[in-house]
Amino acid sequence: MKTVIVVPAFNESAAISKVLTGIPKKLKGISQLSTLVVDDGSGDNTSQKAKKAGVFVVRHVINRGLGAAIKTGLDWAKSQGADIAVTFDSDGQHDPTDIPRLIQPILNKDADLVIGSRFKKKQSIPADRLILNWFANLTTLVMFGVHSTDSQSGLRAFSKKAMAQIDLKADRMDFSSEILIEAKRHNLKIEEIPIKAIYTDYSRKKGQKNLNAIPVFARILIRFLR
Amino acid sequence: MLTTIQILLLAFILFAISRVVLRAREKVISTQAAIFWSVIWLAALIGILMPQTTTSLASVFGVGRGVDVIVYISLALLFYIVFRMFVMIEDLRHEITNLIRQIALQNTPDKQSFSANKNKEKPKKK
Repeated sequence: MKTVIVVPAFNESAAISKVLTGIPKKLKGISQLSTLVVDDGSGDNTSQKAKKAGVFVVRHVINRGLGAAIKTGLDWAKSQGADIAVTFDSDGQHDPTDIPRLIQPILNKDADLVIGSRFKKKQSIPADRLILNWFANLTTLVMFGVHSTDSQSGLRAFSKKAMAQIDLKADRMDFSSEILIEAKRHNLKIEEIPIKAIYTDYSRKKGQKNLNAIPVFARILIRFLR
Repeated sequence: MLTTIQILLLAFILFAISRVVLRAREKVISTQAAIFWSVIWLAALIGILMPQTTTSLASVFGVGRGVDVIVYISLALLFYIVFRMFVMIEDLRHEITNLIRQIALQNTPDKQSFSANKNKEKPKKK
């Protein structure tokens, strides 16, 4: 079983080394494990730090957004013949020890897409993030009929089938809902597992801005109407 | 006798039509786009030279004044054009992203380096 951990990064030179150090080098049931950093046109030395950490790096020459970086990572994983791809945020928001549990449903052939949900277990999450995520989940449910407890989660695992069938068109944050819509369209088996959410001042500053919700919602609406 | 505003609008519309013809000749805009904009500007020309036509149009739509129906139709049309432009910009962004992705993946490590990075653990049999 080949697995690629895709780490999209934009101007993350302050955090990326620590994040990459924490990512496992071996996983039970996985014969080949690689980490790929997709540098999304960073203006700092994110790429250099990632290369120094000994992982693969692909670089967008200009910034295209998180959705675009994830798709590039998944395309690379497909080209390498990967059986599983895991997406993992580069701002330190995720706990690497969640990865084995995340891929387990795919290894067991119980799921094609596994979403790491921050809201499946009780933990401390800032109120504004709770409200925004609730709104995003509601929008995804009302507009596309897909229910998820964490439609915007950055920690996901894709099976080979999911990688082949999910066709992402959204370049920015609206891609999160698109993954679920595509999974539903192709009747993929989706599973959610509870994960730990690490909110630090750094990850909150680097993560999705609350006001981003408005253009994200507008783009979802345009996609719905076009 | 034409009023000042009619003369000004007439001059502007003739200018606009000349731009449509020039851009169509240069193939900057498609024939369909040239026809669309010609129809829009010719309709405006008729409305300016024969204002009574807008009053007739208003009575057809059940709107009081001729100028009101023009404003309503123009607004609806403008909003639709803005929407189409928004969609077009999104499509352009998507095409740029595809281009950037292709460049990124062309300059990327190949399968051999993936294998070189693998660990030796073998999957356990169940």
